[in-house]
Amino acid sequence: MKFGEELKKSFFIALGLILLTFPIMVIQVNTIENVVVWRWRNLIFIGLGGFIFSFFCLLFQKKKSESSPQTPAGHSRLHRIIDEPRLYRPALSIIVFLALIFPFVFSHYQVNIMTTALIYVMLGLGLNIEVGLAGLLDLGYVAFYAVGAYSYALLNYHFGLGFWTALPAGAILAAFAGILVGFPVLRLRGDYLAIVTLAFAEIIRLVLENWNAFSFGPSGISNIPRPGFFGIKLTPEQSAIYMYFLLILMCIFTIFVIHRLQHSRIGRAWVALREDELACQAMGIDKTKAKLAAFALGATWAGMAGVLFAAKTTFINPASFTFLESAMILSIVVLGGMGSVVGVVIAALALILIPEYLRVFSNYRMLLFGAALIIMMVFRPQGILADRRKKYEFHKLQSGGEN
Amino acid sequence: MNGIFMDNVLEVKNLTMNFGGIKALDRVCLKIRKNEIVALIGPNGAGKTTLFNCLTGVYTPSEGDIIVHTANGKSRRINGMKINSITKLGLARTFQNIRLFGGMTVLENVMIGRHCRTHSGITGAIFRPKSTRDEEKDIVKDSYRILEYIGLTTYVNELARNLPYGAQRRLEIARALACDPQILLLDEPAAGMNSQETRELEQLIIRLWEDRHLSILLIEHDMKLVMNLAQNIFVLDYGEEIARGTPAEITSNPVVIEAYLGVQNDAQVN
Amino acid sequence: MNFFWDLFLGGITRGSIYALIALGYTMVYGILELINFAHGEIYMIGAFTALIAASILTMQGLTGISVLLLAMLIAVLYSSAYGYSVEKIAYKPLRRAPRLSPLISAIGMSIFLQNYVMLAQTSDFLPFPDLLMDVELPEAIAEWIAPSEFMIVVSAAVLMICLTLVLKFTKMGKAMRAVAQDREMAMLLGINVNRIISRTFIIGSALAAIGGVLIGSHVGRINFYIGFAAGIKAFTAAVLGGIGSIPGAMLGGLVLGLTESFATGYVSSDYENVFAFALLVLILIFKPEGLLGRSSQQKV
Repeated sequence: MKFGEELKKSFFIALGLILLTFPIMVIQVNTIENVVVWRWRNLIFIGLGGFIFSFFCLLFQKKKSESSPQTPAGHSRLHRIIDEPRLYRPALSIIVFLALIFPFVFSHYQVNIMTTALIYVMLGLGLNIEVGLAGLLDLGYVAFYAVGAYSYALLNYHFGLGFWTALPAGAILAAFAGILVGFPVLRLRGDYLAIVTLAFAEIIRLVLENWNAFSFGPSGISNIPRPGFFGIKLTPEQSAIYMYFLLILMCIFTIFVIHRLQHSRIGRAWVALREDELACQAMGIDKTKAKLAAFALGATWAGMAGVLFAAKTTFINPASFTFLESAMILSIVVLGGMGSVVGVVIAALALILIPEYLRVFSNYRMLLFGAALIIMMVFRPQGILADRRKKYEFHKLQSGGEN
Repeated sequence: MNGIFMDNVLEVKNLTMNFGGIKALDRVCLKIRKNEIVALIGPNGAGKTTLFNCLTGVYTPSEGDIIVHTANGKSRRINGMKINSITKLGLARTFQNIRLFGGMTVLENVMIGRHCRTHSGITGAIFRPKSTRDEEKDIVKDSYRILEYIGLTTYVNELARNLPYGAQRRLEIARALACDPQILLLDEPAAGMNSQETRELEQLIIRLWEDRHLSILLIEHDMKLVMNLAQNIFVLDYGEEIARGTPAEITSNPVVIEAYLGVQNDAQVN
Repeated sequence: MNFFWDLFLGGITRGSIYALIALGYTMVYGILELINFAHGEIYMIGAFTALIAASILTMQGLTGISVLLLAMLIAVLYSSAYGYSVEKIAYKPLRRAPRLSPLISAIGMSIFLQNYVMLAQTSDFLPFPDLLMDVELPEAIAEWIAPSEFMIVVSAAVLMICLTLVLKFTKMGKAMRAVAQDREMAMLLGINVNRIISRTFIIGSALAAIGGVLIGSHVGRINFYIGFAAGIKAFTAAVLGGIGSIPGAMLGGLVLGLTESFATGYVSSDYENVFAFALLVLILIFKPEGLLGRSSQQKV
């Protein structure tokens, strides 16, 4: 039989899963009425599902090890589309067109969802500076997001600051926070940095939740004004469309700046830092400055996203800034392919939009998210699009000349 | 081989390095003159790389002084200085175990070397004024020229990790060269090379010495290479200096032969 | 004085639980340099399994100590199996991957297991039977310590001593220490590294399960989220004591438990978690190798 090995293995794996999940899946204890509910149906569910799933996983693994040399990183189908101007230009035009007409074709609700997705695009690109470029494992990115959001909310509440003033204010405050957080943790490597940033973020969230005098605690701050449109009063629908286009502009701005940073002296310094911190220093790069710059810039974007978030939802509270959020943003960066702008954009849109459109599974959203993370890491760790380095062209007659 | 001997560019005085209870370096003294090739030899574990690490700021020496005399006449004691500051001062190095930026291209690796000689920062990166654009062009041009000099232009857009071993070693030298150093520190540059590659490396180092008037401090086990290149040799064993002198003096030194060269001669027959 | 003693006892009690869970974190980190985010969920699953087992046993008419022992045994078996499976599914394929991949995988597994239990069981708090109430303590001791607290502290201490002895004197223990120090070398010396890694996960999970059962009995209720909260705290304890160090995990657990207890008692109870995290941040900034760890020198 062709797939005999895989079928046999899958059978035993399914059996193992049935045994393993027996107590939790099958037995439901009701201690109040002193009854036990036996849900035998779940056994079949686990058994069959486990069998099918593991079968396909094993099959995939077999294919991967048997196939000829893999397409080298940088030449996947998606990359080929980007490289070929004949494919790339029309694709981009279509996307631009769709983006422009989107809010007028879809409902108010859909526009809000898309706006949320765009905020996550910004967050993903911002975190990409820290994690994807500089290789700094930040598990507490949400803290900067919170700084931005609460800056706007509080500055507006106490001083009546409008959106357009709050935007740069939030960015600067978040940048400050980035430097404050970055400074003491600079010499920590990898995992330690991850944990300390996680701890910092949790501290900030808990303080926001408990220091009622400052942040109004768990009930949060409401009545945060939307950005003004030349003083004209907008209906909720119009305001949503306005926010949508504002986010589109912000995303374009973000992509532009990130792209410039990537292909600059400091961008290269970050990649060198990520590749080999010691060699990077030996080549004259000040790792302290580089790390702080990465933190500060990453935080700036989270801050701006925070201001936009506050303006969009008009209400914020500490519950929006949990570790799970940081994990989601990190997943966007990793799933998108560290360092790849297009990849991060796609991942952000996918991660936010897919759960929305698969409403049917809403209870299972987080479950599937967790599973998706594991599956992506095991089967495609490089993400959707691996980062590619810039290629330079040189003329043979004289050295010099850049692509 | 005679060069133009002028002042010292590097002086090491009574350098001692303690790790817990172990004395890795014990009152080592060393001098490198301008445009001089100096070799540091000795058995494995003698402290040669430790000395390099002290010179380049990876370790802070426990005792002693390391003094650099820069091109514009200033002298600085560099004990405990930050690694990148020392590089800016004019010391560039390669590593015993190759430490290239594998995920970057060959050209980009060399471009990183130019970092300490260029300035544009975040605002430059985002707004790209003329000064930044010109600087970028210069970085690319200078890096390419170095690749031409070293002979790696065929690999220019290849990822560094995909290069053959010998090319990787030369790329490390190219990268160090991009820092515009006064003193080049090479840690076993010929390790793992066959005799053809070693001869080519020898020619490269001679060219660097002749064309660029660099001072070169070389750790090596390949005695033929050492004897052909070095004007001055320091021999370390168990963290202490056991001999110093010209190649002729060292090859006839009984202490050195017993500690090190005797073994080496057997190995060289292969 | 009574207040102080209560806080002290409370601190030691929770500290013991943190220590039991922290051991799992520290052992896995020592061997794989991986933060096993899903470890807290293993603890939670242990508690749930014990609850389910105990309920069924009581309904069959079993009472007394035997319920506790059987439920604990079943919980340990299942948690170990979960720990083993988690390693095989989410970590083993990523042994050679860059640092970030297994971390994300671990976070994914943690989220997955939390939601798995929540969906399969309930998101509400479930009351946990007090399995320890049948434990009778001699008068002299019972005066100043409750039976459950006594059981927790003593069990934890006994288990930790056993673990230390196992690691120090048994063949397997030595192999585990070898793999933690230098995996390649251990492999070259003929140690079955995969099996050692599996066993590490199994032992860590077993300890966490026992912790889960004890805490369930002590607190009286559990839900799917207890793993996350306890997990972070236990991880703090492990880092506090020096990650990779077994005595460190024990010390870290106690220090954390006591700090939390006294801080909430004398300062404020709202900020309970903030104290734990602040402690973690301070330790990482000023002494990242922890109280008992050794700072590592980088090899150039």
